[in-house]
Amino acid sequence: MSFINYSSREINCKIVFYGPGLCGKTTNLQHIYAKTNPDLKGKMISLATETERTLFFDFLPLALGQIRGFKTRFHLYTVPGQVFYDASRKLILKGVDGVVFVADSQIERMEANIESLENLQINLKEQGYELDKVPYVIQYNKRDLPNAASLDEMRRVLNPMRAPDFEACATVGKGVFETLKAVAKGVLTDLKKMGR
Amino acid sequence: MFETQLVMHEEDFQKILVVIQRLVRDANSKGIFVVDKNGQLISEAGELEGIDSTSLASLTAGCIAATGGLAKIVGEEEFPIHFHQGQRDNLHITLVGSRIILVVVFDERSSLGLVRLRVKKAGAELARIFEDIEQKAKLEAASGSSPFAEITDDDIDNLFSD
Ligand SMILES: Nc1nc2c(ncn2[C@@H]2O[C@H](COP(=O)(O)OP(=O)(O)OP(=O)(O)O)[C@@H](O)[C@H]2O)c(=O)[nH]1
Ligand SMILES: [Mg+2]
Repeated sequence: MSFINYSSREINCKIVFYGPGLCGKTTNLQHIYAKTNPDLKGKMISLATETERTLFFDFLPLALGQIRGFKTRFHLYTVPGQVFYDASRKLILKGVDGVVFVADSQIERMEANIESLENLQINLKEQGYELDKVPYVIQYNKRDLPNAASLDEMRRVLNPMRAPDFEACATVGKGVFETLKAVAKGVLTDLKKMGR
Repeated sequence: MFETQLVMHEEDFQKILVVIQRLVRDANSKGIFVVDKNGQLISEAGELEGIDSTSLASLTAGCIAATGGLAKIVGEEEFPIHFHQGQRDNLHITLVGSRIILVVVFDERSSLGLVRLRVKKAGAELARIFEDIEQKAKLEAASGSSPFAEITDDDIDNLFSD
């Protein structure tokens, strides 16, 4: 849930990167962090295991610029994708303004993508949100791998609602900022609607 | 759709600042942070050099969320008070109302007893201020007065034209 501060003339929004284990959520944030001007970003926090799997969340605060004299700040979070961390995922989704679903394009991971997407819907619903009402974009990551499913297939299975979607290779940064911009835009457009 | 969003006007911001600046002195503390449960920093006071308040806010919210989850598992509604003791600095964290977290950083110049005592009073005052803010936000949401009603698609696009 966004936070509008008239005193500091800031608006804060929360974006959550969701998706199955190892799909590349943390890699997305790392790329954004690496490529953002130091003035516009804060510290990136990663609460991870010894083996670099996300344990609780990654966090990256980002400033995008001004709209009508208000500084827009986005707080990016990733969830831990491994199935048994569901309790943590629920906590991180609280107060979310926009969601990025990062799918793993590898054919072997299709089942995991579907399961994670269903889990997202369930966890949003528990908080009274519907996926089709929350600003939402999909990223098909790991397009560089030879065992990637076709784009048509990914779309058919994971994007029946026709949310904005993007192909990506997060390790080299391809598609990462396109995804971020699309979700940020969705969040701001939603704010505008709420105002009227 | 969502819970009412948090909207902070200058006058409310000043009220909060007055309460926490007094708390810094009364509790002999180093610094005070007011954070919302979603991890956004609302206000801060005290000697804060070297403290990354954005990170502090996000981690505090994560910590409160995790212990809140633990509370439910053992059959408690919430653990409303948290105390972390360090070599030099300590953290005292309390829940204020339903969505605000009050963080006090203090060292040997103060004591847990004093902090606890002062936080009780300041916490109650903050709770009232935030109730007020929430009421106002609901009214504003209902009347549809938001600066963002006016923004155009162009405004949004401009933000992204690198
Ligand atoms: N080939 C390829 N590898 C990728 C891509 N994106 C991420 N990876 C790799 O996939 C592995 C997992 O990436 P992470 O970003 O840690 O995955 P995650 O989604 O955060 O995983 P959890 O924290 O367990 O939920 C790492 O070794 C990345 O380098 C990609 O586009 N292509
Ligand atoms: Mg991760």
